[in-house]
Amino acid sequence: MAAKSQVNPKSKFSIFSLVRNALSYHQNWEQQWRSPDPKSNYDVIIVGGGAHGLATAYYLAKECGITNVAVLEKSWIGGGNTGRNTTIVRSNYLWDESAAIYNHSVNLWENLSQELNYNVMFSPRGLLHLAHTVHDMQEIQRRGNSNYLNGVDAEFLTPAQCKQMVPFMNINCRYPVMGGVLQRRGGTARHDAVAWGYARAADALGVDIIQNCEVTGFRIENGVIKGCETTRGYIGGKKVGVVVAGHSNVVAGMAGFRLPIESTPLQAFVSEPMKPVIDCVVMSNTVHAYVSQSDKGELVIGGSGDPFVSYSQRGCFDQVEHVVGPIVELYPIFSRCRMMRQWGGITDVTLDRSPVISKTPVENMFFNVGWGTGGFKATPGSGHVFAHSIAKGEMHPIAAPFSIDRHYTGALIDEAAAAAVAH
Amino acid sequence: MFLIKCPYCGERDMTEFGHGGEGHIVRPADPSALSDEEWGDYVFFRKSPKGVHYERWVHTHGCRRWFNAVRDTVTDQFLGFYKSGEQPPEIDGGEQGQ
Repeated sequence: MAAKSQVNPKSKFSIFSLVRNALSYHQNWEQQWRSPDPKSNYDVIIVGGGAHGLATAYYLAKECGITNVAVLEKSWIGGGNTGRNTTIVRSNYLWDESAAIYNHSVNLWENLSQELNYNVMFSPRGLLHLAHTVHDMQEIQRRGNSNYLNGVDAEFLTPAQCKQMVPFMNINCRYPVMGGVLQRRGGTARHDAVAWGYARAADALGVDIIQNCEVTGFRIENGVIKGCETTRGYIGGKKVGVVVAGHSNVVAGMAGFRLPIESTPLQAFVSEPMKPVIDCVVMSNTVHAYVSQSDKGELVIGGSGDPFVSYSQRGCFDQVEHVVGPIVELYPIFSRCRMMRQWGGITDVTLDRSPVISKTPVENMFFNVGWGTGGFKATPGSGHVFAHSIAKGEMHPIAAPFSIDRHYTGALIDEAAAAAVAH
Repeated sequence: MFLIKCPYCGERDMTEFGHGGEGHIVRPADPSALSDEEWGDYVFFRKSPKGVHYERWVHTHGCRRWFNAVRDTVTDQFLGFYKSGEQPPEIDGGEQGQ
């Protein structure tokens, strides 16, 4: 079998491999994935080497039996929004369609390190949403009950129980904490490891990961995709799956259509490292700031995005104050903590804040974009259903409601008003 | 953070302003005559260009009037400001209107 000969077996990570490599001063770790030159033709080309794209390639090879796959990445894998988010994983969305795809992801997250033989450091440490107003209380009750019905775990907490989870929280702040909803299965994962783990596992199954290869155009004949023009020459592909972030409309423009998406900056912050102080993720929609602590001890903090189209990968300064102010009000203990890094990612936002996972006007070309400010959590589920959709040529039932067509039929999945401003 | 020059009040800090999205989108004269695709296109689909963007702003904490601006979305540099109803300035690479 031709596909078999390309398989690139890797030694399994284990306590023994760790000891063996420690004894040789970690000089002999093998290369985790190849850097092949692109072939002239592939069965499937994935445009975008972020975690969603790499996951798509992995599930194509693993579950759909399509190993003649290339992942084209314009820079290095995981260097876009995969490496720029606040690594939160949760699935407590309001609508059935969202609950289905995000909970599908959480189910996959829970076994991902074992499946990939790569420690993605998934840490279901619990995710607490705070409510500060009567409206917030109604919103979390509506959403929590909807979660129950969809098999998503949700637990209502009193202010005292919130304080028990985070003892230094100032629940009598300017907008007092009136309650909270807790998803215990939510938490965080290590973003880079997710990209690397999927890359390593996909590569082992024969997928070509081609970095520094930017797609500059598409070859389309009679409405059917034939391949991609790239900075490394033309690459033919029977099917093309576009899994980009921050440039969705730019890429769609190359294929001759538009998307219901605008690209806007969103900032995140990391503090200096500290001893363990907060052991869950806390988010708040009303005062709009969310915080967790990484395993290195840094506080990872996010807030709202700038409200205008920009590709600058920088946010505006006033947003810094909008984020830091509520954090200090809710957690006075952090007031003298210094921020070590601040950065911006470009989020592709749809009007209903749900992604576009869809066929396109171009035959055999599929898009999985528009994850807005909350795509990281969906990585495994998104890749999984998108891979099955590409392989079959029909959208997976979980992906089907996220079609571009919902903007024509009116069947929007309106998470903007419903679940969470903060993702 | 950047400065925005309101055509009515002059240069002010951007925190005084609200953003109104892509400019020069004309409301269809007879919405009921549109197909679902045309209406969806009008309501939801945007250019989101990487480069020159014609857009609307409102001076929320000032004169509260709407006006237009041209901005490069890569550098966030403003290339011009003009009142609603005025012709947009010609900018290389710019493509205004529907």
